[in-house]
Amino acid sequence: MKKTILETREVVKIYESGNLVVKAVDGVSISVAAGEFVGLVGPSGSGKTTMLAMLAGLLNPSEGQLIIDGQRINQMNDVQRTRFRREKIGFTFQANNLVPYLTALENVELMLRLNKKNGRQGRKKARQLLARLGLEDRLNNLPSQLSGGQQQRVAIARALIHEPSVVLADEPTASLDTERANQVVGIFADLIHEQNKAGIMVTHDLRMCKFVDKVIQMVDGKVARVITDRATIDQLAGSSQFDAVSESLTQNPSQHQPLLIPHVPKWTAVAVGAD
Amino acid sequence: MAFYLSIKEIWRAKGRFFLFSLVIALITFLVLFTAGLGEGLASANKEYLEKLDADVLVFQEDTGYSTIESRLDYRILKNVRRWDGVADAGAIGFSNVTLTFPNGAEAIDVSLIGVEPGKPGSPPAYLGEAIRTKQAKVVVIDERIAEQAKVQVGDFISIKTTQGAEEEYYDIKVAGITDGRQYFFQPSVFVSLQIWDDIRPKADVENLNAPLIPNIIAVRLGDPAAVESMSRFLEDRVDGIEVTDIKTAYESSPGYAEQQSTLNTMKGFTFLIGVLVIGGFFQIQTLQKVPQIGMLKAIGTANHVVANAAVLQIILVTLFGVALGGLSTFGLAIGLPAGIPVLFTSTSILTTLVALMLIGPIGGMVSIRLAIKVEPLTALGM
Repeated sequence: MKKTILETREVVKIYESGNLVVKAVDGVSISVAAGEFVGLVGPSGSGKTTMLAMLAGLLNPSEGQLIIDGQRINQMNDVQRTRFRREKIGFTFQANNLVPYLTALENVELMLRLNKKNGRQGRKKARQLLARLGLEDRLNNLPSQLSGGQQQRVAIARALIHEPSVVLADEPTASLDTERANQVVGIFADLIHEQNKAGIMVTHDLRMCKFVDKVIQMVDGKVARVITDRATIDQLAGSSQFDAVSESLTQNPSQHQPLLIPHVPKWTAVAVGAD
Repeated sequence: MAFYLSIKEIWRAKGRFFLFSLVIALITFLVLFTAGLGEGLASANKEYLEKLDADVLVFQEDTGYSTIESRLDYRILKNVRRWDGVADAGAIGFSNVTLTFPNGAEAIDVSLIGVEPGKPGSPPAYLGEAIRTKQAKVVVIDERIAEQAKVQVGDFISIKTTQGAEEEYYDIKVAGITDGRQYFFQPSVFVSLQIWDDIRPKADVENLNAPLIPNIIAVRLGDPAAVESMSRFLEDRVDGIEVTDIKTAYESSPGYAEQQSTLNTMKGFTFLIGVLVIGGFFQIQTLQKVPQIGMLKAIGTANHVVANAAVLQIILVTLFGVALGGLSTFGLAIGLPAGIPVLFTSTSILTTLVALMLIGPIGGMVSIRLAIKVEPLTALGM
């Protein structure tokens, strides 16, 4: 059995604004093992981005435990968390992924510089990784000279170059067409498997789930279901009725048994709540 | 890391940063030029008094330290000289005349200053010799006149004055050339007090027996530190005088304070404009960079790195702009005609440049604060 890299225990996040109290994440317990690529899905407002922010050490949970690589990140102070992100987390974002005034190669090297691991070896490694991502002839291009897909691939290289324990991706395909989205997430998944990282991808695009090993669906701040069955995941991802499927995930399955997804009749929930 | 980020950004957006440096260069130019003008005008007003080999000046009582209004009886000079603590004293007379030149050079309006040879007020000559005797019909001229009219030691020049209603010309030999000693916005020519009394413009030319009335007395003290006490002492002992130090004297000259305060206000406002322009530019730039700063923080860039990068960038851009402005001002100053009252002293240039270097960080403080406050969560659109 593979080692668990990331684990959350009954994590709760409450936002308070005046008299308004919103429980964005409500008792979430999940785990991700080394070499496992997880898709975190759910409708807007389901708490998946808040969850991702907490996993990245950007946001402190109101309750519960977050353990990554044996370290309890919710007990760290700001400086420790910044260092933790720098060393242990690889990140790709939906937009504004790259530093606009650094070339593709420099953007990837940036992570090594931050960790004081740059130098000749670091540069060689960055070149190799970018070449692996099909960008060997784009090394010295600025982000503005790269397509959206190429930019995402540079971001993937940056997320992996410093050998983090966990790689997090926030909507990496939001601005890409289907072909490029498949290409980007496909490479991402390959690298996560190859390099034995724990990967989590937040996505609205269920078609991208064909690349993940596990789907965690969140609804109203809770884990609605966890799907690990390959056939079910593929069926979910392969559905041509993307919008309908997406819509179905906004429903609380406990209130709609059996699953009210007429377009994907064979989809079954494998687990609910903690995995 | 901070240096790397700031240099890379400046290099990759060099057009934008260069344009902004040009704005700073122009502000620098304006501030330096205003400072130079202030210094030049002040100098044109006070140069002679400032270079006086004296510690205090004696004026007629109740004239508000005005060299024009003050008239001192020659006996007062003797009275001032006799007190212990007075090392030496020399009477000085001021009037305005026009110089004409046999070589055809353009006539120059000058201050005609009568001095006592060898006494405080009589300038040294770096070419030729100073005025040696009371009766010597020679003149020592300011180097500006020598330069402008191509006059050398031994040449004759003509002093045009008005006696009664008639124009009179006095030909006089140039005995020596002294360094710049402007007074009342005019270069100066020095003659002995007796010669000055003979040729100065007079309304009443009939009364040849009128006593010699100089304007002020320059006093060198035995103890130069005793300016205040000796001033009071002399005022108590000698009737009809007021005594002050040289700085107070030239600051009291008509228009001096108003002129300097006007120029200082201009300088102050230019500084303020500089702070606001730099502040505005970097603030807009930081606002545009908020998502990028958020991303940098999210991937683990420490807050101090982001802040230092911002500070460094401001310092580098300001430094470049100030250097550019300083050099162009310097270039212009070299090409300026002699008559323009712009003077760059090392103190005023250094003070101005240091102050200009500070306006960058001061103006950029808001943007640095803004950069520090950007939450890494912005990277996730939160």
